[in-house]
Amino acid sequence: MGGVVRRLGAMVVNGVWQLGFAARFFWLILVYSGQSFTRLHLTIRELYFSGVLSLLIILVSGLFVGLVLGLQGYEILQRYGSTDAMGTMVALSLLRELGPVVAGLLFASRAGSAVTAEIGLMKVTEQLKAMDMMAVSPIARVVAPRFWGGVISMPLLAALFSAMGIFGGWLIGVVFIGVDDGAFWSQMQAAVDFRYDVMNGVLKSFVFGVAVALIAVFEGYDCVPTAEGVSRAITRTVVSSALAILALDFVMTSFMFRGL
Amino acid sequence: MSEPFVRLENVRFAYGERAILRDISLSIPRGKVVAIMGGSGCGKTTLLRLIGGQERAVGGRVVVDGQDVAGLGREALYALRRRMGMLFQFGALFTDMTVFDNVAFPLREHTDLPPELIEDLVLLKLHAVGLRGAARLMPGELSGGMARRVALARTIALDPALLMYDEPFTGLDPISLGVIGQLIRRLNDALGASSVIVTHDIQESLQIVDYIYFISEGRVVAEGAPDEIRHTKDPFVHQFVHAEADGPVPFHYPAGDYAQALTGGRA
Amino acid sequence: MSRTTLDLWVGVFVAIGIAALLFLALKVGSISGSGIQSPYTLSAHFDNIGGLKVRAPVKSAGVLVGRVEEIRYNNERFQAEVVFTVDGRYKFPVDTFANILTSGLLGEQYIGLDPGGEEKNLAPGEVIKKTQSAVVLEKLISQFMFDKAADSEPAPAKK
Repeated sequence: MGGVVRRLGAMVVNGVWQLGFAARFFWLILVYSGQSFTRLHLTIRELYFSGVLSLLIILVSGLFVGLVLGLQGYEILQRYGSTDAMGTMVALSLLRELGPVVAGLLFASRAGSAVTAEIGLMKVTEQLKAMDMMAVSPIARVVAPRFWGGVISMPLLAALFSAMGIFGGWLIGVVFIGVDDGAFWSQMQAAVDFRYDVMNGVLKSFVFGVAVALIAVFEGYDCVPTAEGVSRAITRTVVSSALAILALDFVMTSFMFRGL
Repeated sequence: MSEPFVRLENVRFAYGERAILRDISLSIPRGKVVAIMGGSGCGKTTLLRLIGGQERAVGGRVVVDGQDVAGLGREALYALRRRMGMLFQFGALFTDMTVFDNVAFPLREHTDLPPELIEDLVLLKLHAVGLRGAARLMPGELSGGMARRVALARTIALDPALLMYDEPFTGLDPISLGVIGQLIRRLNDALGASSVIVTHDIQESLQIVDYIYFISEGRVVAEGAPDEIRHTKDPFVHQFVHAEADGPVPFHYPAGDYAQALTGGRA
Repeated sequence: MSRTTLDLWVGVFVAIGIAALLFLALKVGSISGSGIQSPYTLSAHFDNIGGLKVRAPVKSAGVLVGRVEEIRYNNERFQAEVVFTVDGRYKFPVDTFANILTSGLLGEQYIGLDPGGEEKNLAPGEVIKKTQSAVVLEKLISQFMFDKAADSEPAPAKK
């Protein structure tokens, strides 16, 4: 019994330590960001690795999610004879939830894990220490560009996911099933509010981007510098990112969409 | 020139409860090559990290070029590190850059030199280590010895006043080993720098260094010029130089009585 | 990969990302269409607002003219006080009637404004005097049933 309590205590103390480290690390990234923005090409390079290379999976997944939403939505809506509302349903579910959340999960496993692996391996091979000894801050040179690359990519990827999903829904609804094109778009436009639905979705994806990018660079920087340590860090990145996205999504949804 | 470039006074260091260095005093004179020797895991690398300011001593003082490293702020520490070069055990080359960009890295980070001048400087440094022809290769395409030489070229890119080598001879074939050894000596004399080598390769070191410190269990146990070391009667140094398995450095890690452990304390 | 190809790809990525955002804003969200311009607020008191929610539409002649901003209970009048914004392009006479209506039988509830005939228009912040509460379905049904019961000979009610 005492052992269990002690383990619980150790876990809590550890967790608080980690959280403190992460917060301090976040602060350092912000402090060094100015320095790394003077070397813009470093961030552009990371935009390529986390943004451009995630494009394919985001676009394809978005399309398929939209197609499935179209099929399921039609099947359910036709029971109530309101298939015209299909556009509304597809657009709202993508903009508010599926776009930011699914794109965030994909982004964490595609780009977040890669960032963790890269920084972790640089730590294993002493590249970070070498940089520090050369009087170049690894946080400014390595960490901050990867962080900002992720933060900038994420809202763009989420928007592409949603746009692609709406296109998929349109493809199923209008092209294959024959819902009226005008009704599809006009119902959607009447129900979707720019500030309330679109901007809240963008805000969500931005917050997820910060969370995933911070977790990815922190796990990489903080990993135990062995092969096993790096692989554990990558796993932790994916798992904690997913949990962080879902938890943040719940919190933000409860604040944003409670009026309706 | 009487003041040594690096001076350690009664330095103590511990990772948490585990004491690594108990009481170390040593100095690295200007223009000299000094070796620090000791068995694996005796805290030699930690010494370099203390000099470079990556770790802070628990007690005592680390003085580099008249400045107490522990008392320096971030800016001053980085300014000091620009005058230090450290060669890591496995080179620590940036794997996502070519050999050329690796050597150019410190120049690009710390100077505003025009690209043509940087190119000239990089090729000069690479030429000094005999790898000018490998400038366009990636680090993954180099052998261990070549990677170490590229790292050496990067270390000397800013013409440092202090060169630190962490196990420069580990895992090299005899030819590469001799090449690195000669480079360390030649570069030190050509740059007018001071060098400190952390190693356990006694034979190679005896040929190139000016002074040797032996460290065991966190203390300096012996020191002297290479000639004194070769002919010393000190049992520890004798064991080390002649690579004997047992002596003052025991073969066994400290453990309880073996016979008792086997019988489970029943005898 | 050379710097220029990399820059090109990143440029393409950012461009289509922004294009997607614009698509969501203009085509999906219709930033201009539903936008209420230079709104002013009005309020009204109702005996019962039924299922009216914040952000519910305010319509006149079936056209969206504003949205509900705030609903609170007025403890002095024992009534619900509803604050809503109206598009600045539209003016309503002071004797405008505010009803709480339902779109369809089970649809969302909204405020319907029936303009009166006065010359003077409602100024921002003014209170609409004439209101009609939401129709509560349960009340209607029970009223209907009581009427029916009163018409025919009532069976003795069990206590």
